[in-house]
Amino acid sequence: MPPHFGFARLSNRTTRLLRRIEGARWGSKPGNAAEDRMKIAFRLNGKAVTADAPPTRTLLDWLRETRGLTGTKEGCNEGDCGACTVMLREGDGPARALNACILLLPQLAGKSVTTVEGLAGPQGELHPVQQEMITHHGSQCGFCTPGFVMSMATAHLNGERDFDTRLAGNLCRCTGYAPIVAAAEAAADSPTPDWLAPPAEPVPEGPSPDAGAEAGLGLPSSSDALATWYAAHPEATLIAGATDIGLWITKHLQEIGPLAFLSGCDDLRNVEITETEIRLGAMVTIAELHRIMSDHHPHLAEMLRRFASAQIRDAATIGGNIANGSPIGDAPPALIALGATLHLRKGETRRSLPLEEFFLAYGKQDRAPGEFVEAVSIPRQPDNLRCYKISKRFDQDISALCGCFNITLDDGKVSAARIAFGGMAATPKRAAAVEAALLGQDWSAADIAPALAAFETDFAPISDMRASAGYRLETARNLLRRCLAESAGTATDVLEVRP
Amino acid sequence: MSVSRPLPHDAARQHVTGSARYVDDIPTPGNCLHLAFGLSSIAAGTITAMDLDAVRAAPGVVTVLTAADLPAHNDVSPTPAFHEEMLSSGEIHYRGQPLFLVIADSHLAARKAARLGQVSCEERTPILTIDAALEADWRFEEGPRIYERGDPDPAIATAPHIVEGSIEMGGQEHFYLESQAALALPQEAGEMLVHSSSQHPTEIQHKVAEALGVPMHSVRVEVRRMGGGFGGKESQGNALATACAVAAAATGRPCKMRYDRDDDMIITGKRHDFRIAYRAGIDTEGRILGISFEQFCRCGWAQDLSLPVADRAMLHADNAYFLENVRITSHRLRTNTQSATAFRGFGGPQGVLGIERVLDHIAHVVGRDPLEVRRLNFYSEAQGGEAGGPSAPPSPPEDICRKRKNASVTPYHMEVEDFILGALTEQLQESSAYKARRAAVDSWNAANPVLKKGLALSPVKFGISFTLTHLNQAGALVHVYNDGSIHLNHGGTEMGQGLFQKVAQVAADRFGVGLDRVKITATDTAKVPNTSATAASSGSDLNGMAVKAACDEIRDRIAAVVAEQFQTTPEALRFEDGQVRAGDAAMSFEDAAMAAYLARVSLSATGFYKTPKLSWDRIAGRGRPFFYFACGASVTEVVIDTLTGENRILRADILHDAGASLNPALDIGQIEGGYVQGAGWLTTEELVWDDTGRLTTHAPSTYKIPACSDRPDLFNVALWNAPNREETIYRSKAVGEPPFMLGISAFLALSDAISACGPGYPALDAPATPERILAAVARVRQ
Repeated sequence: MPPHFGFARLSNRTTRLLRRIEGARWGSKPGNAAEDRMKIAFRLNGKAVTADAPPTRTLLDWLRETRGLTGTKEGCNEGDCGACTVMLREGDGPARALNACILLLPQLAGKSVTTVEGLAGPQGELHPVQQEMITHHGSQCGFCTPGFVMSMATAHLNGERDFDTRLAGNLCRCTGYAPIVAAAEAAADSPTPDWLAPPAEPVPEGPSPDAGAEAGLGLPSSSDALATWYAAHPEATLIAGATDIGLWITKHLQEIGPLAFLSGCDDLRNVEITETEIRLGAMVTIAELHRIMSDHHPHLAEMLRRFASAQIRDAATIGGNIANGSPIGDAPPALIALGATLHLRKGETRRSLPLEEFFLAYGKQDRAPGEFVEAVSIPRQPDNLRCYKISKRFDQDISALCGCFNITLDDGKVSAARIAFGGMAATPKRAAAVEAALLGQDWSAADIAPALAAFETDFAPISDMRASAGYRLETARNLLRRCLAESAGTATDVLEVRP
Repeated sequence: MSVSRPLPHDAARQHVTGSARYVDDIPTPGNCLHLAFGLSSIAAGTITAMDLDAVRAAPGVVTVLTAADLPAHNDVSPTPAFHEEMLSSGEIHYRGQPLFLVIADSHLAARKAARLGQVSCEERTPILTIDAALEADWRFEEGPRIYERGDPDPAIATAPHIVEGSIEMGGQEHFYLESQAALALPQEAGEMLVHSSSQHPTEIQHKVAEALGVPMHSVRVEVRRMGGGFGGKESQGNALATACAVAAAATGRPCKMRYDRDDDMIITGKRHDFRIAYRAGIDTEGRILGISFEQFCRCGWAQDLSLPVADRAMLHADNAYFLENVRITSHRLRTNTQSATAFRGFGGPQGVLGIERVLDHIAHVVGRDPLEVRRLNFYSEAQGGEAGGPSAPPSPPEDICRKRKNASVTPYHMEVEDFILGALTEQLQESSAYKARRAAVDSWNAANPVLKKGLALSPVKFGISFTLTHLNQAGALVHVYNDGSIHLNHGGTEMGQGLFQKVAQVAADRFGVGLDRVKITATDTAKVPNTSATAASSGSDLNGMAVKAACDEIRDRIAAVVAEQFQTTPEALRFEDGQVRAGDAAMSFEDAAMAAYLARVSLSATGFYKTPKLSWDRIAGRGRPFFYFACGASVTEVVIDTLTGENRILRADILHDAGASLNPALDIGQIEGGYVQGAGWLTTEELVWDDTGRLTTHAPSTYKIPACSDRPDLFNVALWNAPNREETIYRSKAVGEPPFMLGISAFLALSDAISACGPGYPALDAPATPERILAAVARVRQ
């Protein structure tokens, strides 16, 4: 009985840039990339290693089954509990805490991985976060603990102290978290141990870009190389952060046919901020998007803080979150409300379209085989954006609904409105009738009444395990009320209330 | 003295370095095989054909077993009163039921192959809900069980007010971070060694022996630790362990099985969901004069532990309140869903939530602060007592002393001799500034149109002992080696609660040595036989006493030898600071151990303990099922958004009674963790089945346990530091389950916040998701 994730499962775990055609099965026929082994060189706990494994092998399985490193735990096998958290470093960038259960070996090429076995010093000296976890009684059953200490050590290395956010992707069922946060706080001022300094010698060479090409495995080193390879393999699967495709492997148990890893396409990580737009390469991570939006649209940044978890945000990409087409991905409604443009490429042919036009129907996007998301651009504008994500749990949850409001006022009247929702339809969708009902009206409780009534014109949501249709519709209306109340200075955000 | 010190968990260093070994971490021989169950995709029906050719042909598959292939018993039930097949022999009882067993050369190969079975069924309409089960009268036991005291019907009928209603409360997934796992290693002569992530090694041994058709002496079960249990590993590991043993016997190779998380959630049982309907007659002040409860308990398809769970819900229908005229009716309903099982509190939380809801409702009807109404209905406060009560806390105020006569008898006719909640809540009310904060909440609510705050205090009184009296026994095995090091073993299992450390502290204290001398060892059915599950919060009470008995036995033998050398009496000796002393004479403990060895004195002993004073008739509902009660109380403040139902816990203050704590740090850990888990049960954790019986919340992506930021911003936890009045191990009290019910105050605070929106009563159901809160806001405004 295969687990059924429905569209809901796709939401924020969206790294897939492309989907192979419906119903295609690659099985175990010759040339199946998933069955061929490849050599991947990286650094593990300071030492150069070469993994010889199929490209869809997860780091977690390789660590536990091949290397006998059982400190890294499998709690959920889908990136939701953090028990498998490891630290990944490359170049001068910040260290990243990632879920090893949905991290595929080719994504590690040339990088440096630290597991819990590599966190203590050579003589068994404990890392400060390990010591403080003992002192503050931060472990009970101990099963989540290796993942916690890796998230804590990553935050410690990066000098991050927003622990509720850093640890949102690590679940603990025993302690109630208070002693864990106390341990993180107590360790914050300790210096980074010497043994965690990046090694002086260069990281090992990754596989050559053409390795495995015959088997239908692409390792392009630029967007141009990707365009060429993908044109030749138009039904292939593209893997960026693997936060969604990882589940095809670990949960759906799919054999994935031709596939390309985009980790080498550095030019897809480019961010260009001009006077007129912010242009984000498809491989910009959600974590990076969060940093950028903090300067331009802080309320979107606050919502992105609640996008999945630190582990997922540091792997998942904006291109994946869009191309995935999930109706409950959190970035698209906000980008639609900002009037974003999507840039697609197939071979040497490029085209651009308003983002909302990309989403055609449930599971169907305006993208041809061999065509991939190259970038998304957001016009520069005064910040009027309000983003509301409603879920059962604040952190690391999938939206029941997500409403984004970009409303411009002129002398107390609505002069422009772009409003988009996730979770209210089969795609991320603009609230066209609501927008029309607001335009030219006073921004007041009395005058938004027609707009409230228009929600039923725009949306007929479904009931599922996250919320009923009735709740979704009523809450969507209430989010417009919240938006209005906020602009009147009324307190509406429970996250801002302190005891 | 090692007891009462706030020492870290014994394996804390192994936890933080990743070297603590769980079942799946145990190195296995290279020929180890891996198992997965093929599961039913319908909830009710009869198998007409099972085509497993594709499963057998799948890569890596060694063999596939069906019910017909099993060598002996096909029964993994924890109760002899019910037959629970490990593999279905034809009937399908729920969606996710194991139908066949795949044995393959890797975990992944086994999982992949398990999905390839072609099973044809004659489907039946499944019975999924309480209402459907009632309509079909599909239940365990012949009819409802009823406990009664006094004369409830006339007491209700003649009361000045009648308060009536009903509350639905959802179940709860355990979500132990380590999913179920077992490993069987075949030995010579048909013997089997089993490593299991289980709270109940003896039961694993028993079920494996039955499945193999061998005596229990041929099966040895070892449990070093679990990655969380919470009751979910009391019976639910039986299927994996027996599957591994049967497969290992069939193939002659080691066999391991661990459930993928989704499989774990789809296959295994959860907390029972309940509906509790109530009808109470009250006086004008809010005093309960008569009350009738009807508890509807959804047990799922198999009996498992549902009868004692439902019993315990009845036994906690009073919680902290004297119910002079009371009837509790309990329906144990069968449904075509996972078999609900033990979960921290074991029915207690559902019973407690039922009466707490009644008190909340009464307060709304009489227009008083719920805390006043609670105190008005409290049991009589214990006076003094042989072991002395707390002296520091203030005496309870006048209003709760104005009690009816003999207000200390429970609905099951047991005298409550150790009720301290009057004084305890008084102290908590002070320390949490309850009254001032009540006023502050009211003024916040007057000033804020959208966000509303709520505040609530709820108490818990939890009965300690297995209600199946014979389970209240424990054994221990202690060796002292002639270098003075100590090997400690007992029947309790370690699931994170710190039991091993607490018991090691007892052992170190008995010998007057440091903890570094005490080696904690894995629970092993070959060392201590016939153990009870580590459950019912009983771990340190039972095993601590058994270990104390074993240690004292050895200590007395050493003392006899040393006393002779010192030319004194054994009674004059003191075991302290790593020495054996008499006056000025002293000998190191290791020398004393060597002296005993040279004198040909045995340095090994077993210890045994059985809980005194128990006598219980569960059919009549009369007697003393509990040795004592553990108490506590919490105050929670929340804020809700009346536009979306979003909500947060802002602050929690807890005062909890762990007796004279064996280890205050570990006890506080249980209290904090229990509170958050309890609050999770009643807020974010929602189990959803669709109308085909499919559990749609079968992974952490859809089932939301509390995350880091869900803990209270301000979290003040203190111990009520008074010795147990009963003679428990160092006068400590059990602490595993009782604090779970402190989370109920969060639910009540949400109800309080909703009440600020309008004149109606919120009648909030659990879990209080944003959707339920928003609906309740609409209700009170009508």
